[in-house]
Amino acid sequence: MSEALLSIQDVAVELPTPRGTLRAVDHVDLSLEAGRTLGIVGESGCGKTMLSRAILQLLPKKAKLSGRVMFAGQDLVRLAPERLRRLRGRDLAVVFQDPMTSLNPVLTIGTQLIETIQEHLELDALAAKRRSIELLTAVGIPAPEQRLAQYPHQCSGGMRQRIAIAIALSCEPKLLIADEPTTALDVTIQAQILDLLAREQRRRHMAMIIITHDLGVVAGRTDEVAVMYAGRVVERAPTPALFKRMHMPYTEALLAAIPKLETAPHTPLPAISGRPPDPTRPVPGCSFAPRCRYAAGRCHQAKPELVAGETAGHVYACFHPIQMAEGVGA
Amino acid sequence: MLNFVVRRLLYLVPVLAAVSLLTFLIASLLPGDLAYVILGDQATPEKVAALRHDMGLDQPMWWRYLSWLGQVLQGDLGRSFRTGQTVLQAVAERIPVSIELMLLAEIIGLAIGVPLAIACAARAGGAFDRFMTGTAFAMLSVPSFLSAILLIYLFAVELRWLPATGYVPLSEDPLANLRFFVLPALTLALAEWPGIMRVLRSDMIATLQEDYISLAKAKGLKPARILFVHALKPSSLTLVTITGINIGRLIGGALIVESIFALPGIGRLLVGAIYTRDLIILQGVVLLVAAGFVIMNFIVDMLYAVLDPRIRHGHA
Repeated sequence: MSEALLSIQDVAVELPTPRGTLRAVDHVDLSLEAGRTLGIVGESGCGKTMLSRAILQLLPKKAKLSGRVMFAGQDLVRLAPERLRRLRGRDLAVVFQDPMTSLNPVLTIGTQLIETIQEHLELDALAAKRRSIELLTAVGIPAPEQRLAQYPHQCSGGMRQRIAIAIALSCEPKLLIADEPTTALDVTIQAQILDLLAREQRRRHMAMIIITHDLGVVAGRTDEVAVMYAGRVVERAPTPALFKRMHMPYTEALLAAIPKLETAPHTPLPAISGRPPDPTRPVPGCSFAPRCRYAAGRCHQAKPELVAGETAGHVYACFHPIQMAEGVGA
Repeated sequence: MLNFVVRRLLYLVPVLAAVSLLTFLIASLLPGDLAYVILGDQATPEKVAALRHDMGLDQPMWWRYLSWLGQVLQGDLGRSFRTGQTVLQAVAERIPVSIELMLLAEIIGLAIGVPLAIACAARAGGAFDRFMTGTAFAMLSVPSFLSAILLIYLFAVELRWLPATGYVPLSEDPLANLRFFVLPALTLALAEWPGIMRVLRSDMIATLQEDYISLAKAKGLKPARILFVHALKPSSLTLVTITGINIGRLIGGALIVESIFALPGIGRLLVGAIYTRDLIILQGVVLLVAAGFVIMNFIVDMLYAVLDPRIRHGHA
C-alpha cells in the first residue's frame, strides 16, 4: 500500500447558528491514495459538502474546523494562506454542484480558464490559450476556439459543467473533488458528465472524490465508498464489497430509495421515514436509530463506533448489522 | 446590442416630452405676469397688453406650449430679456465650469469611496468596516454648505494653500484653474463618497458569497485578482446607477457650492435667473439640465450592457 495522498484525520466542523452550535462534520477519518476514487454518499445535510469544503479550506468564515487534513504531506488546516493558494487549482481542484452559479457571469470562458492556467503554470498567453482549447476539446466541447470568447450564459448547463471540469483539470491536479457534479443537470446529461469525469480520472491518474446523494452514481465509478449520516462516516468499504453486502441499515435504506427499472408502476418508493436528526441537538445513541427499523434499546443509549466487517477495508458503525450472522456485530 | 440601443433611445422620447411639459408648466404657472416683470414700474396697462400680445402670452396655454416646443426643437430656447443673451449662449458659456466641477467631484468621490468599499467588503464586520460604515453615515448627514465652510476655513484661511473663491478658465491657466476647483469639488465629493461606499460595499459583500467566488478561491487565484476582477465588476451595477444619477444631479444641482465658491457655472446662472425672475433663462436651463439628466441615465443603461454580458445579449 502506498502512502495516502489525502488523509483526513479526526476532522470536525462546527457552525454557530442562532439555535446553538451545529456540528456539521463529526470527527471523520478518511484516506485516499493517489490515482484512486472515493465516493462520499449521504442525504442532504449529512455533512458531505461541509467535509469537502473542509478539505479545500473553503468553509464559511464562522465555521470552526478541527483535526488534520493531510494532503501530499502537508496539513492544509495549518498551511500558510499563500502556500495553500499555490496548492489550490494546481494540485487540488474542485467541481461544484451548480454550473449555473459556479462560473463568473461577467468573465468569458477563456478568461476563466486561462487565468487558472497562467496562475499556476509558466505558460505565455498563446500557450495558455492553446492549452485551453485542448482542455475544452478533451471535455467534449465542440468549436472550442469560439467558446473561449463566449460568456457562461451562452452555454447550456451540461456545457457549463464540462467547462467547470476543464477548469478543474487545467493544471493536472493530483486530487479532484466533485461535489454533486450532476445534481443540477438533466438526467440525460448526468451519465455523460460522470463518464467524462471517470475517463479523465483514469487518463490523468488523479485521485478523485465524488460527493453525491445517489448510491447509483458511485456504483461502478469508485474504488471505495464512504456513507455519511449526521456528520459521521457510518460505513466505509471497497465499492464492490459494499454493494455485495452492506452492513449499515442506513446504507440499505439509501439503496432502496433509488427507483429501479424493474419495479412495477405505481409502487411507492421505500423512502426513509422521518428526518435526519437536528444537528444542533446531538442524541446520545446512534443518530440513525429513530429512523431505523432494526433499532433496539441499546441503539438509543450508546453511539456505535466503526468496527471492521468481514471483508478487508470494510468498516461500519452499527450494533445490529444486516446481512451478517447474528452476534458478529460488536 | 443595436436593438437594445434603439429600444432605449425610443424610451427617451416620452420621457423628454414629459420633461419639456413640466418645465414649461413650472415657468408658466409661477405667479406674476412676465410682461409686468419685463416692463417694471413704468408699466401701463396698454403697454402690458401690447407686450403680452407680442410675446403670445394672450394665447391659450396649450398653444403657447406647442409653439415653444416647436422653437425648442429648432434649437431656439429663447433669449434673456435682461442681457439679450440667448439661453444657449448663456449655457454654453457656463457649462464647461459645471461639467469640470461635476467630473472632478465624481472622480474624487469614486477615488475615496471605491477603495474604501472594497477594503470594507474584504473584511466585512471587522473593526475597519464598522468604523468606516459609521464614518460614512456621519458624513452623509453633513450638509455641503457646512463642509464648504469648514474646508474654506481649513485650507484657505488657516493653511492658505488654496483660494477660497474665484475662477480662471481652463484655457488660460490649467494649473490655476485646478486650484480654484479643488475645494468646491472636494466639498461635493465629501457628500458623494459615503453613498458610493455604502452601495458598493453591500453589493461586494453579496457578490463575495457567490459560488463563483468560492471557485475563484479554489482555483488558487490571488486575493487581489478575486476582489478586483471576479467581484468588483459584477458588483458595480448599482454603483454605475448612482454615479450616473449623481452626475446628472450635479450638472444643475451644484447651486450652493457654485454660489459659495463664486464659480460661474450653471448653478449660478440658475440662481441668478431666479433672483431676477428671468423666466426664459430659468425655463431653458431647467429644460437643458433635465434633458442632460435623462441622457446621462441613458448612458448608464448602456454601461450596464458593457458591464454585464447577459444584458448585452438580451438575457435576464
